[in-house]
Amino acid sequence: MVLLHIAILLPFAYAVLVPLLYKSIKRIHTGWFVLPIPVLLFLLISSHLGDVRQGIISSYSWPWIPSLGLEFTVYADGLSILFAMLITGIGSLVILYSIFYLSKTKEAIHQFYVYLLMFMGAMLGVVLSDNLIVLYGFWELTSISSFLLIAFWYEREKSRYGALKSMLITMFGGLAMLAGFVMLYGMTGTFSIRGIIADAAAVTGHAWFLPALILILLGAFTKSAQFPFHIWLPDAMEAPTPVSAYLHSATMVKAGIYLAARLTPVFGGTAEWFWLIMSFGLITLFWGSISAVKQTDLKAILAYSTVSQLGLIMSLIGIGSAALYYGYGTTSQPYVAAMTAAVFHLINHATFKGSLFMVTGIVDLETGTRDIRRLGGLASLMPITFTFAIIGAFSMAGIPPFNGFLSKEMFFSGVLNAARMDIFIMGTWGVLIPVIAWIASVFTFIYSFIFVFHTFTGKRKAGELPKVPREAPLGMLIPPAVLASLVVIFGLFPNLVSVSLIEPALASIFPQFVMPGEQFGVHITHWHGPTTEVLMTIGVVVIGGLLFWQFRRWQGLYGRLPKKLSLNALYDGGLRGLDRFSARVTRGYMTGSVRDYLVYIFGFMIAVVGYMLFRTDALRYIGQGSYAEITIYDAALAAVVMAAAIASLFARERIALIIFTGSVGYLVSLFFVLFRAPDLALTQMVVETVSVALFLLCFYHLPKLKQEVSSRRVRIGNLLISIGVGLIVTLTALAASGARLFDSVSEFYVQNSFELGGGHNIVNVILVDFRGFDTMLEITVLGIASLGIFTMIKLRAEMLNPPAALRGALHKRGERAASNTSDTDTAKRRRNHAGQ
Amino acid sequence: MEILMSIVIGVLFMTGTYLVLSRNTLRIILGCSLMTHGLHLLIMTMAGLKTGAAPILNEDTTAYTDPLPQALILTSIVISFGVTAFYLVLAYRSYKELNTDDMEQLRGQEDE
Repeated sequence: MVLLHIAILLPFAYAVLVPLLYKSIKRIHTGWFVLPIPVLLFLLISSHLGDVRQGIISSYSWPWIPSLGLEFTVYADGLSILFAMLITGIGSLVILYSIFYLSKTKEAIHQFYVYLLMFMGAMLGVVLSDNLIVLYGFWELTSISSFLLIAFWYEREKSRYGALKSMLITMFGGLAMLAGFVMLYGMTGTFSIRGIIADAAAVTGHAWFLPALILILLGAFTKSAQFPFHIWLPDAMEAPTPVSAYLHSATMVKAGIYLAARLTPVFGGTAEWFWLIMSFGLITLFWGSISAVKQTDLKAILAYSTVSQLGLIMSLIGIGSAALYYGYGTTSQPYVAAMTAAVFHLINHATFKGSLFMVTGIVDLETGTRDIRRLGGLASLMPITFTFAIIGAFSMAGIPPFNGFLSKEMFFSGVLNAARMDIFIMGTWGVLIPVIAWIASVFTFIYSFIFVFHTFTGKRKAGELPKVPREAPLGMLIPPAVLASLVVIFGLFPNLVSVSLIEPALASIFPQFVMPGEQFGVHITHWHGPTTEVLMTIGVVVIGGLLFWQFRRWQGLYGRLPKKLSLNALYDGGLRGLDRFSARVTRGYMTGSVRDYLVYIFGFMIAVVGYMLFRTDALRYIGQGSYAEITIYDAALAAVVMAAAIASLFARERIALIIFTGSVGYLVSLFFVLFRAPDLALTQMVVETVSVALFLLCFYHLPKLKQEVSSRRVRIGNLLISIGVGLIVTLTALAASGARLFDSVSEFYVQNSFELGGGHNIVNVILVDFRGFDTMLEITVLGIASLGIFTMIKLRAEMLNPPAALRGALHKRGERAASNTSDTDTAKRRRNHAGQ
Repeated sequence: MEILMSIVIGVLFMTGTYLVLSRNTLRIILGCSLMTHGLHLLIMTMAGLKTGAAPILNEDTTAYTDPLPQALILTSIVISFGVTAFYLVLAYRSYKELNTDDMEQLRGQEDE
């Protein structure tokens, strides 16, 4: 089955061609050339349905980095096929829609389709990969392409803000997820998802279980816009509407849901997984639905609604995972039903949310605004769009006979079962679950109605609209028509999807529950008797209807919530604070003063070496070596060297300073005499003479020594640091000379100096024969130093006084102005320095 | 002798460090050369002092001082001389260009 690889890579390969097509064929909208790709892929992937239904899982592996166990393995089971069909199916519709939405002359559509194809390939890679690292790679590619698509109109400030925000949040989660994946590898020794599922017992018992679980969930929650990471989604609405419809409602935001469902066989059945997913899902559902009601922008309503519906699906996956706790049997049936609801609602949400976004795009394009305060009474002008809006919104609100009604009923029975369950320390808190879910559903009802009725009914505010609204072109209406009809078809005949899509998907979420060749029996019915769920739905409709009717009266309540407490304020403030904090820290220690940096360096040296001296108890070696005796010459010389060195500290005149340090140099050469090192004594004497001569040469050109005008604190600090350095060096020297571990290698040089080198002076033989390399490079150092000195003096002078020919050339080319300004710059800089 | 030398080396390093921490470029250069002297004596001392005659082969002697550290120090003297000379001319040039030899005034700009 190489075809699956091709399915993933084809969009990437085709993306390369798109700019060429755009440049060479101007007459036809580039979108038409892109459209066949997702259609082809959709057909290709649908052809797997039959196989998957019979339990045949196609899998194929390409070696990528075999030495690291990384293989580009793809496989198609029920869950992957379901997602891949959503991606390619809705992808085709979105591309068709975008052909009419984006103008081929005014927009950079080649970029748009390159990003979109990149995204499609990456998303297919996420859902079809078996290798976790490959999955991660595609996961980040979806983040990147989403970033590019959100900032498609990059000249807008808000687009860039939204793109950056989504990038930061999803990348944060992606990296956390990568760490979780590596932990999974540490626990099971494989990156293959199927291998990890087969080895799930090793994961649940492991000490890394909880960290890995939390890290992976961070990835899933950030991508799927779960509370509190949902804040990037509403800002991502700055993207073109086809992008919002595709990425931010139907596909990318479901990657987190895919991951949670995919890893349910690994982590499911544990209290941590159940609680985290279910509670965060419920909070997201609740928060998203409440926030959606207050929005005035159509796309913002849909964004929060997406957040809320994703929370619903997530919480259902959490409840469904409890089935693994019970194992296969009748006790686990209600939880399997919850997972069924999750998968079903996933499909439903993709259909109705996609169509609602397209409706928004049409309204936006035809009226010039998306603000519901300026819209109204469009029903008679745009009857077809209005119909799609009604279908989508009623499905979203959970009203029969649309598919949203069925999944909402199943959701209610899921949460009711969760409330009744007695595992995982549920206790009486379980009652809260259906209550929260019910309240959230009421709000869902309200915003769905606001979406439709504040846009399409009521008074027509013709004067406020930038354009005269009329019905959209046919091509733009086809994609939402397809989606809306799917909403109705799935609503009327839910078992069409349950047999072909949901059952295989469940089989891959609960692989333990199905024998090979068997299927899950999923049967979705419209009417299951006068149960609590029906009463809850009636309650939602009645209360929601009442609240919608009175919406204007309690709308003001939302204004009461202080803006500072919102999560966006937290995010913005956090980023600003981080910026300021790091700037302050850097400014705190990067003072620009060399003295400060030297204090850090010396202080660090004192601390580290001092600590190690005491830590390793090195000081016990002091006084243990066999030492040479001290003669009167030695003692006198040592005393004079120390006196000269210390005297240099107090020198007020530069000549005194030079003489004191110079005398230290000469005394050191006397030491070399005492220590039987004639060559050293000679060299030191000569070098010291030359150095002193050099210092004296510069004497007239250098300024007089100034009295150090530094504060007492600085002087005491300097003194302490220098005493510390001296002490550390002394202690190290004492400890090292007391402990000689090995004999010197010098015996070899003494023995072979004449035999091998042919010389009596051993030091010279070492320098030019045994270790001649050092000498060669040391000569190089001298050469570089002299060249450096030469250029430093010469080059600069020539640049300030360019030769006449060069100056003439500059003049001719009219660059006099430029050179003038740079001259004044230099002059200004000089003045500044003189001023200091 | 090694203990005495360790103290001398410590004093050289101490005075060198103190001069390097000051604000005047000439003091800094001379502080560096004081530290260099300390370092050379340190290498010498660590090999053991006065263990024999000067390392020049002749018939009578059997014990020589260690020749290897002497070779190392010789290399180091030359290199430090080259660096000192370069540094001195650099200080001279920067004084000519910038009109100051105070390290506090040679700080970078606030916005760099």
